[in-house]
Amino acid sequence: MTKRDYSLLGPDGARAVETGLAAAEWYHTEVPRKEMKALMQRSDSPAIRDTVLLYGLMITFAGIGIYLWPSWWSAPFWLAYGVLYGSASDSRWHECGHGTAFKTPWMNNVVFEIASFMIMRNSATWRWSHARHHTDTYIVGRDPEIAIMRPVVFAKIIAGFFGLPDVAAFIPRMLYNAFIGVHPTEKTFVPESEWPKVVRVARISTLIYGATIALALWMGSILPLMVIGLPRLYGAWHHVMTGLLQHGGLADNVIDHRLNSRTVYMNPVSRFIYWNMNYHVEHHMFPMVPYHALPRLHAAIKHDLPAPNTSIAQAFKEMWPALRRQLAYEDYFLKRDLPASAKPYREDFHLAALGAAPAAAE
Amino acid sequence: MTQWIDACATDDIDAEDLIRFDHAGATYAIYHAPDGKFYATAGKCTHEAVHLADGLVMNYVIECPKHNGQFDYRTGEAKRAPVCVNLKTYPVKVEDNRVFIQVA
Ligand code: FES
Repeated sequence: MTKRDYSLLGPDGARAVETGLAAAEWYHTEVPRKEMKALMQRSDSPAIRDTVLLYGLMITFAGIGIYLWPSWWSAPFWLAYGVLYGSASDSRWHECGHGTAFKTPWMNNVVFEIASFMIMRNSATWRWSHARHHTDTYIVGRDPEIAIMRPVVFAKIIAGFFGLPDVAAFIPRMLYNAFIGVHPTEKTFVPESEWPKVVRVARISTLIYGATIALALWMGSILPLMVIGLPRLYGAWHHVMTGLLQHGGLADNVIDHRLNSRTVYMNPVSRFIYWNMNYHVEHHMFPMVPYHALPRLHAAIKHDLPAPNTSIAQAFKEMWPALRRQLAYEDYFLKRDLPASAKPYREDFHLAALGAAPAAAE
Repeated sequence: MTQWIDACATDDIDAEDLIRFDHAGATYAIYHAPDGKFYATAGKCTHEAVHLADGLVMNYVIECPKHNGQFDYRTGEAKRAPVCVNLKTYPVKVEDNRVFIQVA
């Protein structure tokens, strides 16, 4: 059994570079150029509509929550507000970070900065970590965004539904960035020209949280924190639920997104919150395609992909036992069958990458 | 010594699009701008050496297919993270409906 070292400065990362697994050429389904160009086309209107709806709902829910505060009748409104603040911000951060959500660059940037603040990610740092996630998706020691490390620590996953590990990591890092500078790990993937921005963003966030805490103390109430900060905890569950499914239980150290990413059919509310990132294999294969075109991309290439999971519940039912199995056998992963119409996996390459890992075919 | 290389026909590239052109072990990208002019740059992104030919041309910008970095293909200027290093550009001329690029 291989013991994985997820540190970006550790031996697994170095080995991935040596063996050519890092920055490798990944498998892509063939799509005619004309069709791909149409899929990649940018548009402002879907994202403007969704953003007006999102912020409108947030203001409405928070307004009613504040109005009913401190009655328990305010609770459902805080829960709804929390999911939009602590979960929808994850997908907005993601899509606007790619620059594909809106056609107009400043719109992407504004929504990206707001979403980064709400999801508690330094906007200057995470843009780069996400680039690495796309270059080296689930390559151990290279990808800084591996959500489920093996062997799985279930307590950490459960705590994740309440945002605890993320917030516990974010606050000291924000203070480190604000008062000391860029962390050595961050220096491995953030170019030096961006370091001042990392510090500036951290200082602005520190100021906003400081002011919110001061207001809460002055009012003698946690109400200001119910609006800013705490929803990252009480509203995190939805983005954790959908995020775990992206790659959980699937292969690592491979260069075919069909082996390490999962597409799940979801209900319309979850798809609004998640901005269609349930089409995750498609997104990784073609990050240029905006979220609103992903259903069309899915229709165009599904003949070459494993069958999508049919619902969030069904996907968890598939993933959870696999994670449990990885407790006993770290190399275990789910290897999903491809339809007859698909190009087969490059077994030769992946066997070399995976060693003799036992895999379960669905 | 610099030389003009016959790269493609003008109608090989749709307006507001690009193609890949390989020559003497090097790879280039040739663009057909919306104003009808042609341009040429190095074929690979300066971020992680991905072929730009699979990317998207929007006006005078080429967006890289890997991490959505952007360049102005007329000047090679890096316009959007994660690209920080400018792209090399090459002179282009059009003669008899053929596109020529000047390479070193
Ligand atoms: S490879 Fe072009 S932006 Fe990263």
